[in-house]
Amino acid sequence: MTRPHVTKRLATAFFLLAATPAFADSLLPPAPYANVQLRDPALERRAKALMETLRCLVCQGESIADSPSELAGDMRSMVRQRILAGEDPEAIRAWLIARYGQWVSYQPVLDGMTWPLFAAPLVLLLGGLWLARGRFRRRRKS
Amino acid sequence: MRKHLILWVPFAGLAILVAMFKISLNSPRTKEIPTGLIGQAVPEFTLAPAIAERPGLSAASLRGGRPHIVNVFASWCLPCQVEAPQLEALSRRGMNVVGIAIRDRPEDLARFFANFGNPFSAIGADVDRSVQMNMGSAGVPETFVVDGRGVIRLQHIGAITEADMPKLVAAYEAAR
Repeated sequence: MTRPHVTKRLATAFFLLAATPAFADSLLPPAPYANVQLRDPALERRAKALMETLRCLVCQGESIADSPSELAGDMRSMVRQRILAGEDPEAIRAWLIARYGQWVSYQPVLDGMTWPLFAAPLVLLLGGLWLARGRFRRRRKS
Repeated sequence: MRKHLILWVPFAGLAILVAMFKISLNSPRTKEIPTGLIGQAVPEFTLAPAIAERPGLSAASLRGGRPHIVNVFASWCLPCQVEAPQLEALSRRGMNVVGIAIRDRPEDLARFFANFGNPFSAIGADVDRSVQMNMGSAGVPETFVVDGRGVIRLQHIGAITEADMPKLVAAYEAAR
């Protein structure tokens, strides 16, 4: 009675172990600075701050600082090498945006597409004040 | 009465927001990331040969006056096997097909070419994806049509199927 159950469980375990990630990775070792911090803590801090605001292109929803994917590792290595070479973080961001579009950056800039994002808090606050004002006035009257 | 209607505005706003969440969450997760370099020159690069039998690849070699099909591929990439016959066909048509091998080893490439053929006249080894990133390519396989002056004219993301051939041929002919 228990035998099919065990077989099923073993099969499940086997397929979980045999499962490969959705995106294939190469057989080469990670890029030099993919998982190695920069010696200079100040430079590493700058690199880390930038990496946390760059999107991993294949995981879509993770920053390259968080993602274990190989491409994210290559991007981290690229960022660290360029920070080490003295490049400005925002220049690196601009370089990536020129190639992959605004989508690669988690820091939206103000343009024709994103202005509602910046205007919304102000509009909502003013709208709320306006609604509240109506209520206060009614209370005073009664 | 009008005042009461106004009080529904926040609820309407919330309903719109929820509707937007629902649409966004249900839309497919896979999104193609096109390069921003269409119409611009291929950025400067020089890549060492990926295998001994073919020369490496550089941006300068793409400016020689003839258009090129630049295929970004890898031996460890399954869709790259799928598009191999199409690349072979493009090469047989007399087109200049060159490759950028992503994170690859000569022995793996040799096995890949033995199994699926080698349509490339030159193959550069991009071991850390630096050239791939420089071209705005986000994965393998991707294919670029580059004109004789080294300007990127077309990017095809994913494996080339039979249905994609007319588009690539037309772009190549237009790039002459």
